[in-house]
Amino acid sequence: MEQPASHLIIKRAEGVSVVEFADRKILEELSIQEIGEELERLVESEPGIKLLLNFRNVDHLSSAALGMLITLNKKINERSGSLKLSDINRQIFEVFKITRLNRVFDIHENAEAALNVFNA
Amino acid sequence: MRCPEDFGVADSELTEIVVPNTLRDAKTPEERILQDLQRNGYDEQAIFAIKLALEEALTNAVKHGNQNDPNRQLTIRFLVQPRQVVIAIRDEGVGFTPELLPDPTADENLELPNGRGIMLMFAYMTRIRFNDAGNEVWMLKDLDEDG
Repeated sequence: MEQPASHLIIKRAEGVSVVEFADRKILEELSIQEIGEELERLVESEPGIKLLLNFRNVDHLSSAALGMLITLNKKINERSGSLKLSDINRQIFEVFKITRLNRVFDIHENAEAALNVFNA
Repeated sequence: MRCPEDFGVADSELTEIVVPNTLRDAKTPEERILQDLQRNGYDEQAIFAIKLALEEALTNAVKHGNQNDPNRQLTIRFLVQPRQVVIAIRDEGVGFTPELLPDPTADENLELPNGRGIMLMFAYMTRIRFNDAGNEVWMLKDLDEDG
């Protein structure tokens, strides 16, 4: 049977798992559960994971996606890992501000800045 | 429920689409509305706002209102004008009381995974009204009022 295509592009950089989303529609409701499950598997496979979610391909967001990120963040913290977000466009950052989730997540301007903090 | 008076639109002007209660079927009216927005020259920021509110409302109707029951239906009514959009979504559920929802931006609720959809609808649209039962929502985006 054919495996469902991954929604994520995962790379390693300086001890950090850097995840990008494979297409722009990924954060729509229909895919969020699958993305959440894929990210949870990644977190479970590496205790103390340093995970950077790069949002440069993302131009839309929903409350369900925010919920998925909150659940993921808790799971990472429980496993002594660390999650950072980067490259969030202006409109999507506004959603984080309206919901005050910019206070919950560690958000960086770009991936390079986030990697520097991970490895400081 | 009729279109709220202060939305400035007559019911007869609205297009109605009825779809089965699935997120996939809910894409049909969403795409129609988004095409109308493009055709009417809405900018990226307005489309982002309307799409966000519309998807939250549709998701609420499918999951919470109609309890993911594919035998139920969603009724979507809408009108897209150059400076104003009216969208109504009705489900066949028992409804809810929006005022009773906890504030998702309160410190104690910040890390709850749910409960942000309604507040985002209010944040991104000019006006939101629910019918008394709470199973029908009316949303207005008015570019002139938003300034």
